[in-house]
Formats: sequence, C-alpha cells, structure tokens
Amino acid sequence: MKTPQVRNVQAADLAEVAAIDLEITRLPKPGYWAGIYQRYGSGRRQQRFFLVAEAAGRIEGFVIGEVRDWEFGSPRCGWVFAISVRPGARLAGIGSRLLEAICEGFRRLGVTKVRTMLARDNPLILSFFRSQGMMAAPFIPLEIELDPAGTDRK
Amino acid sequence: MKPQKNTLFALYSVLESASQPERQLSAGEIARKYGISPHHLAKVLHTLARAGVVESVRGVGGGYRFAGNAKRLTLMDVIELFENIGAPARGSGPRRRRQGTGTGVERAVGTVLSEIDAMAEATLRSISIATLLKLIERQRRRT
Repeated sequence: MKTPQVRNVQAADLAEVAAIDLEITRLPKPGYWAGIYQRYGSGRRQQRFFLVAEAAGRIEGFVIGEVRDWEFGSPRCGWVFAISVRPGARLAGIGSRLLEAICEGFRRLGVTKVRTMLARDNPLILSFFRSQGMMAAPFIPLEIELDPAGTDRK
Repeated sequence: MKPQKNTLFALYSVLESASQPERQLSAGEIARKYGISPHHLAKVLHTLARAGVVESVRGVGGGYRFAGNAKRLTLMDVIELFENIGAPARGSGPRRRRQGTGTGVERAVGTVLSEIDAMAEATLRSISIATLLKLIERQRRRT
C-alpha cells in the first residue's frame, strides 16, 4: 500500500470516515459525524484536531482529539478520543502515523502530556496505545447506572 | 494481583531471551542475574519450552532461545502458563461459593475485588513482550 498522507479532514471525507467507523463498530451513527466535523474539522479549530490518513485517494483511518485545560483538575493536556484504521489497512503503521501527527499538533500547542480512555475489554486498541508507550494515568474512570427519571430511589 | 515466584521468573526469562533473540541463554546465566536457584529456573524454562515460548538448544553453548512472536505474546499469555489468575479466587472467603451467591457483604467485597482483577487482567492482556522491551529501553535511556 502507498504510504498514507496525514492531513486535516475535509467535508468530502466524512462519508468514508463514517464507513470506517461503521465497519468497526457496526453501529450506524446518523448525524454524529456531521456534528463532530462541525466541532473538530471545520472553521477555526484552535485546540481541536480531526486528521485523516489518505492513501491512493482513499481514507484509511482517522484520529480526533483536542487540548483540554484543567479537566478533571489536570493541567493542560492532549486528549485522543477516537482513532480508527480500516481493518483491511491495518498492520501498516497507519495508526502510529495518525497518533504521531496528532501528538505533533499537541506539541505545537505546548502540550507535553497526552491521554486517552479505552474500553478494558478491547485488547486490540489497548495493545495499540500500549505499544506506543502509553501507561496507566493517575485517574480512575467511574460510572453508575442511573435509575429512570421518576424512579423512587429511597 | 501478586504473581507467584515461578511466574515472575518466567517473565524475566522471556524478556531476557526476547531481548537477545539471536542468542542462546543458559539457565545459569539468567539465574545468576536475578539471584534465582538454577534448579528452580530450569523447571520454569522447561514449562516455557513446552509451550513454545522458548526453544531449548542442546550441545556445547546450548541453552534457551526465544521462539515466540514478541509482538503477539502478551504478559498474560506467559502468566497463564503458571497460574490461573482469571479464576474467581478473590472475595470468596474460606467457604468458596459460586459467583452471585453468598451474603450481601461477601457479594459487595467480591464486586470490588473483581474490579481490581479485571483491571489487572486487561493490563496484562494488552502488554506484549515487544511493548515491554520498548519500555525497558525507554527507562534505560532515562537513567
């Protein structure tokens, strides 16, 4: 495969980005990608990044993230909240190139720490970030199932 | 999770051999480096060889050579050769009970301990031998 070029997303890429996501997650997300493009891919991006890897005119993967200040009490750091590579294009270093590109963007903004959050039952993506040198962060994600509205919680 | 001694010795041996895949390491060489009984380590290496993680090379200058795929072999793969850490051993108390049974106290304690086990397991399944070798190299450069 031709070495992919990593660049900012364009509106015309969205259909391919959504198709990659659908192929991986099997969950159609109508409207979601247009919203993400509005927030991360268009206009003045400032601290936001939405990058794609393109090879031979085809989108092979994408990464999305942003710099966040004082979230969870943490000083300014970069967050990667989505990275995907078309299953047929994996093991060619595309994920690594996308991650390196977004990290370079974070560096230019003066960021020296990058975080992400992953499903612990997804060893594939966990292994990818581990292989890039990422270690456990000093945070513990917590969640709770909310009772439906109007339920008596006594 | 606190790995048993055999498990730790196995991890040391796998990492030592994978860091120099072209070399044959003797049990004595690894044992000396980590202050382990060579007899004890020989048994560990035998288990690793049986699983195809290392291969035993006979003759003068023989020893053990890494035979796995460092990018695919995870820490959990090695650990599972020596202990079953996925088994529900925690929080079940002296009277081992099936999951979901027991008193409210036992269930609550078991739930929290299971959280810890799940995190440990996810971590160990996500770190390959190649990834750990990269970590060793990074730490070496920093010191």
